[in-house]
Amino acid sequence: MNFQIAVLLGQDGVTNGAIYALLALSILLVFTVTRILLIPQGEFVTYGALTMAAIQSGHPTALAWMLLALMLIDCALDLRTMLQNGFNMLKMRWIGLKLGYALLLCVLIQTLPLAEIPMVAQALLTLGLLVPMGPIIYRLFFQPIASAPALVLLIVSIAVHVAMVGIGLLLFGPEGGRTKPFSDAGFSLGPVLLKSQTLWVILVSITLIILLFIAFERTLYGKALRAAAINRMGARLMGISPVFAGKATFAMATFIGALSGILIAPITTLYFDSGFIISLKGFVGAIIGGLASYPVAAVGALAVGLIEAFSMFWASNYKEIIVFTLIIPFLLWRSLTSRHVEEEEE
Amino acid sequence: MKPRHLLIGFIVLLALAPLVLPTFQITLLNYIGLYALVVLGLVLLTGVGGMTSFGQAAFVGLGSYTSAYLTTTEQLPAWLAWSAGSPWIALLIGIALTAAVALILGALTLRLSGHYLPLGTIAWGISLYYLFGTLDGLGGHTGVSGLPPISLFGLVLDQGEKIYYLIWAVLLGAIFITQNLLNSREGRAIRALKGGQLMAESMGVNTFRSKLIVFLISALFAAVSGWLYAHTQRFVNPTPFGLSMGIDYLFMALIGGVASVWGALIGAGVLTMLKQWLQDLLPYLLGSDGQYETIVFGLLIVLLMQRAPGGIWPFLMRLVPARFKQRRLLREQSQQVAALAHRALPEQGQVILEARNVTRRFGGLVANNNMNLKIHAGEILALIGPNGAGKSTMFNQLSAVDTPTSGEVLFRGESLTGKSSREVAKMGMSRTFQHVKLLPTMSVLENVAIGAHLRGDKGIVSSALHLERAEEQSLLQEAKRQLERVGLGDYLYEEAGSLALGQQRILEIARALCADPCLLLLDEPAAGLRYKEKQALAELLQKLRGEGMAVLLVEHDMDFVMGLVDRIVVMEFGEKIAEGLPEEIQKNPAVLEAYLGGVE
Repeated sequence: MNFQIAVLLGQDGVTNGAIYALLALSILLVFTVTRILLIPQGEFVTYGALTMAAIQSGHPTALAWMLLALMLIDCALDLRTMLQNGFNMLKMRWIGLKLGYALLLCVLIQTLPLAEIPMVAQALLTLGLLVPMGPIIYRLFFQPIASAPALVLLIVSIAVHVAMVGIGLLLFGPEGGRTKPFSDAGFSLGPVLLKSQTLWVILVSITLIILLFIAFERTLYGKALRAAAINRMGARLMGISPVFAGKATFAMATFIGALSGILIAPITTLYFDSGFIISLKGFVGAIIGGLASYPVAAVGALAVGLIEAFSMFWASNYKEIIVFTLIIPFLLWRSLTSRHVEEEEE
Repeated sequence: MKPRHLLIGFIVLLALAPLVLPTFQITLLNYIGLYALVVLGLVLLTGVGGMTSFGQAAFVGLGSYTSAYLTTTEQLPAWLAWSAGSPWIALLIGIALTAAVALILGALTLRLSGHYLPLGTIAWGISLYYLFGTLDGLGGHTGVSGLPPISLFGLVLDQGEKIYYLIWAVLLGAIFITQNLLNSREGRAIRALKGGQLMAESMGVNTFRSKLIVFLISALFAAVSGWLYAHTQRFVNPTPFGLSMGIDYLFMALIGGVASVWGALIGAGVLTMLKQWLQDLLPYLLGSDGQYETIVFGLLIVLLMQRAPGGIWPFLMRLVPARFKQRRLLREQSQQVAALAHRALPEQGQVILEARNVTRRFGGLVANNNMNLKIHAGEILALIGPNGAGKSTMFNQLSAVDTPTSGEVLFRGESLTGKSSREVAKMGMSRTFQHVKLLPTMSVLENVAIGAHLRGDKGIVSSALHLERAEEQSLLQEAKRQLERVGLGDYLYEEAGSLALGQQRILEIARALCADPCLLLLDEPAAGLRYKEKQALAELLQKLRGEGMAVLLVEHDMDFVMGLVDRIVVMEFGEKIAEGLPEEIQKNPAVLEAYLGGVE
């Protein structure tokens, strides 16, 4: 291996690592606030990438109809609660707004010349389609069992993942999707060429991480979410709704997932079932962070990306094996150092 | 009609099936049998043992690939050449290999707690799956074909209808030994893994060993299923051993009923049939081919977890009249049951437990400061004090749950430093818990029998084959004797969770007594008891004292304490403020001030 190859591999590793870091942060966020290990995180990535690809090729994606359907179910549930608790003008207006939004997106997807609009608009459309699904998914699948044992939540999470992979096949078909790079420029750093997309990924990831940091350290809602993460019951007594916390984190998780998808779609071809492995690598990062520490998780995820890239070079067939075996010592170390009494969880 | 008749009917139906059903249905039944075998292991691991695994499919692959490699490779390495060609030798090697892998993986991952364990199983599940696809000699992702059929006593099982009998015989055998195992001393230890590990350890159960055993058994069931699968298909590739199949196995267990042996069969059956049906139906509805049944499965599991986390089997059991459900575990009294050996109790007045300058700090907080106390054989000592005095911390130091920051605890002259609660149990200390710890769905009798765990020594194999019935009867008889002694003789077969809280506390005492201790540590035994029950408890403790047992009570009920105990140690702010006879303590000014406040 010479310097040039090392830089090339390092570049790949950092790109993937940055994505894994984003996912690890999102997984960690969801876990600390809701105790859910969000396995479907990877599906948000593939949905984001494949929707972007569909839009760029000018197909009015069927995802819009799925959003409408989910929104209808959501509003039907809203109406049912309203029947039980009495009419509420504010909520009624909210329902109208939600349905209007879903219909608007359906109309946009059907009428806009999707392939011609600027890439920023395509990305916004993709995010606009996907992000509202997060809170609805939380509401339909997790909210009714929010206080169930953590393992039940894990199983439901896996079940949602399995269903979403099937739906992904239905929506996007078995073909992979790849999108145009954000810009064509490349930068040369000495003898090696840096891909502009790599810089985009790193730039956006860092910005997002900083934004998240500010949101959690400086804003009231961010602090409320942190409070819910540290002590659910205490937060609840202080008037922080766990339902709100759950929906907000899921919205954030879908946003991060879909954005990651849009970011890596120009670099790798993603298929409807690629999400699982991607989110598992995010998990490896999150586990290295002990499912608690954000900075360690981010660094861990970056390390996963690098190890993956370099093992591709030395032992490409054993790439996945190396990455996933890697987490066992960390798991072991974590469980031996954290004194955690199983009994009380049951 | 009894459950046994149902079972016989079921077996007869199974035996007749190949004579009437078309080949396609038999193939389906073969798959159900193969899946059910894996799911059975998962029921044992997840439903009974409380350890969720997504990696079972990898063990199936291990069994399959071992046999595929050994029976098809033309030129085996010299050291393996002796095993070429025979599926049966391949089975034995597969079992040995799987056992070795499971022991290594188990030793590495079973110590993981909470979420880390399922994530760990995902990790090694994926690793093994990719290994099948990449290892040389295993045919890559295209797989291995041309496996020979299994032959049994000269009969070549080369058709679905023939191997059908082998598959179902193996499955029924596995169900038989699983049920036997669960209804034994080892089985009770395994059933305690879910939600009762702390308790089980303090009764002398090596919970890690129990975990490893269930993990091993479930891996071996999976490997045998894989071996059968390989020789039914006569072809092996990595796909059926991936993580998605691992998830499917778990789904089967959940749908059928993850805590019941027969739920495995139901789950495998329902999911396989459903899959078949959906694979025919969905492409019609959706207009294109693809594995769309996963959408339905995913949503089905979500619904199941939200509405009926117990699965199908508990629903079926609700239809069965209650009188069939209660199993009489004890044989009639007429038969001779050997009584268990008793520990020789130390002489009256001998020091049993001694705390020497015990200090326990939590950071800056000193929970116990320089505590000294002694308990003698044939004595009841009470440890009292206002809330927050450090009694529970002291109790933890004495029972070796926690280790003192400085100072030491001596039990029968031996230091407890570095000893686990399991070893302490073996030395003759037995305890109850402040917050009752029992297994609510298990019968009262079996709960108490866990206490006698150390008094039996028959292992897994004899349990699985029910060769230990004599010892089992002795253990149960002892449990019954202790239950009668504490006054719960009428509740032997009730679910422990259905007892009132006071009775549950009494049950814990019976369980502690079942261990045949020489020191009994009781954490607030009288809380939640009615007056009569308290009187009965006091009588029992007095009788035990008469027999030479040493008893330590942590208690708040002063009437109960003052009338019963020999000596009292009073704690406040982590320190001993008084020690003496009940009458002395009642007049002690320091004690009065601690409880009632001083006069300014």
